[in-house]
Amino acid sequence: MDFTSNYFEIFGLPVSYQVDLSLLSERYRDMQREFHPDRYANKPAQEQRLAVQYAGVINQAFSELKSPLLRAQYLLSLKNIEGQGDARITRDPLFLMQQIELREKLADASQAGDAFSLLEEVAEEAESEYSALQKVFDQQYSHSLFQDALETVAKMQFFSKLLVEVEQREHELDD
Amino acid sequence: MVLLQISEPGQSPEPHQRRRAVGIDLGTTNSLVATVRSGTPETLLDNEQQHLLPSVVHYGTAGEVTVGRSAYAQSSSDPLNTLISVKRFMGRGVEDIKTLGSQLPYEIVASDADGSSSKGMPNFKTVAGNISPVAASAEILRVLVERAELALDGALDGAVITVPAYFDEAQRQATKDAATLAGVKVLRLLNEPTAAAVAYGLDQGGEGVIAVYDLGGGTFDISILRLSHGVFEVLSTGGDSALGGDDFDRALAQWIAEQAGLGEDLGPSEQRQLLMEARKAKEVLSEQTQVNISVAGWSGVLGRDQLDALIDPLIDKTLRSCKRALRDAGLNPNDVASVVMVGGSTRTPRVRGKVAEAFGQEPLVNIDPDRVVAIGAAIQADVLVGNKPGDEMLLLDVIPLSLGIETMGGLMEKIIHRNTTIPVAKAQDFTTFKDGQTAMSIHVLQGERELISDCRSLARFELRGIPAMVAGAAKIRVSFQVDADGLLNVSAKELTSGIEAHIEVKPSYGLNDDDVTRMLKESYTHAREDMQLRALREQQVDADRMYEDLLAALNEDGRQLLNDNEYHCLEVALKDLDKIRQSKNHREIARHIEMVSKTSEEFAARRMNASIQKALAGHSLDDVEKDV
Repeated sequence: MDFTSNYFEIFGLPVSYQVDLSLLSERYRDMQREFHPDRYANKPAQEQRLAVQYAGVINQAFSELKSPLLRAQYLLSLKNIEGQGDARITRDPLFLMQQIELREKLADASQAGDAFSLLEEVAEEAESEYSALQKVFDQQYSHSLFQDALETVAKMQFFSKLLVEVEQREHELDD
Repeated sequence: MVLLQISEPGQSPEPHQRRRAVGIDLGTTNSLVATVRSGTPETLLDNEQQHLLPSVVHYGTAGEVTVGRSAYAQSSSDPLNTLISVKRFMGRGVEDIKTLGSQLPYEIVASDADGSSSKGMPNFKTVAGNISPVAASAEILRVLVERAELALDGALDGAVITVPAYFDEAQRQATKDAATLAGVKVLRLLNEPTAAAVAYGLDQGGEGVIAVYDLGGGTFDISILRLSHGVFEVLSTGGDSALGGDDFDRALAQWIAEQAGLGEDLGPSEQRQLLMEARKAKEVLSEQTQVNISVAGWSGVLGRDQLDALIDPLIDKTLRSCKRALRDAGLNPNDVASVVMVGGSTRTPRVRGKVAEAFGQEPLVNIDPDRVVAIGAAIQADVLVGNKPGDEMLLLDVIPLSLGIETMGGLMEKIIHRNTTIPVAKAQDFTTFKDGQTAMSIHVLQGERELISDCRSLARFELRGIPAMVAGAAKIRVSFQVDADGLLNVSAKELTSGIEAHIEVKPSYGLNDDDVTRMLKESYTHAREDMQLRALREQQVDADRMYEDLLAALNEDGRQLLNDNEYHCLEVALKDLDKIRQSKNHREIARHIEMVSKTSEEFAARRMNASIQKALAGHSLDDVEKDV
């Protein structure tokens, strides 16, 4: 085994969408304790070079497995499923409607007097949709419905972006 | 002058003897050096029993260089040759200096004005010639190294040097260059807030979220860390590498000038005097509520309220960074278990008051804010140099500013985002746009904005040796790797041919390799023989280290990981190394080290992989998916 093995193996976790986040964090700390370059400060240059690379991969693996969206994308990439799920979504009118509504709400929120509570509403709706999609992805992936799973990931991306924008809007109002 | 320890031929130093390692706080206003002795970290004193070394360098007409208090004493009488707060100029360009304040009591020249190869770096015009901030910082480091070697009775094995967390790549590289010039082996560049967190974390034995508010003479950092089971994990960092106590001084100096009716046109000496008076007054007001000021024939009284009014806008700036850092970490002020104050400027009562208000708790000040960073650095140095097993403490730091490249239309495309844990590597694929194109230039920047004009240009990486192909056929994977020091390394490979491109780095605000070599040669005022001896000594130490390590590695798992042929090969390499480390020719030793390094690289990789296996085997067997 070497570092071209997959991110789950690096942390000794089963390849699955369901991940025990606190166990993941614990394993991450264990791995960094082994491979962080600081542990090799006194070792030959080549081991130091390897350590920097390995620690980098461990960091990459951790950040991808931590995020529900990135984890989903990673799992699909393990099955060599890549590509545009976007195309199917744009033909899903219900989804499009919902996106338009949410974005309108977001735009209105910044002008309104009770901006913060409006933004909270948008965030809550987006959060609950995002969580629901994660469950859907889990189902689809475990049943090998990869094309459907790809579309679900694209939807997740929309909500993830929306949440980031809500946060940004909140910060702007704060400042 | 450093006393070189030369071993008798055939006798190498005891490899498991305690190594001499220090932590160095290279501050804007003051610098310190600390080490761990008998298990306790302590800052080292100079011959006047003082911890602090003012970061001031004076160049005399007879070529003499003074560092510290005696240099500071000459600053008003000889302002152009007394360099204060050079840290603010490290890794900066001439354009940046303009924003550091309209009145600086120096003569600044762009370095390319004298035909040297680095472009656009500000140098100070002094009687000793044009001095770069890197060279001046090296002088400060030299004094600290001397102090340490005297106290520890021997040559140093390495130092951890601290930098503001918000320092960008150019500023960090400049710091490393200064260390190279001073002949210091840098174990690690450590972020100042992280160093402080280490000092407090190990002191209090706590767990939880720590906010470190670090306001120095010229830089401000806020870092949010989580301490858990000995792991210090930086969650987010923010700050301003051009905001500090010096700016308080400047604001106050301006007020004094107005009160005293002094014009705009002050000479360097008056400017320096004003700043010194302002600093003195500010410091007195930390203890008293009023202070008398007399300067240039004028005298008046300054109260705390007036000082507060002058510095509030600056403090508010820092608090906005704190807010942002908390947001980036996804936390609220009440999630923070302790707030730690670092840096002399946090002694100002107004600063403490406003920080306490912002975080809803009284900040911790029990470790001297001037010394806490050096102490934390010494603790880490002790671990890195091998005196202490490293499994008790782990520092996971982040990159403070996003790294990216220039794309079409003058836009910045982020490749590595700020607050990403380091080390980190990201790859980006490029292709050629002309037939037969064999080279390309990549402009790397750091910053958060969209336009490259709003970001900081770091360097241009020129890739050569791309095999000539039809336009668009080549697939060049450029890998951006940020190491644990926060320094960037770029490598590139053309994927269809597998050829590694040769990369030349042209830093925007720094020294390139030729400059460093030239400055090293110039800084050697010793006879040529000393230079040879030093080089020989360094190679011998490296060879000894490599010999011991390889011997231990072979004994430990040579038989398990290598077949007979490979094992024998390394045994031979080891025997040769043993012979060669007694040579008097440092170049021969260096060549041999490189050779053995290459020969044993595969073995090293196998050992590291075996470690992973062991680490994983500690987990339940059903957890691991077997990949056949």
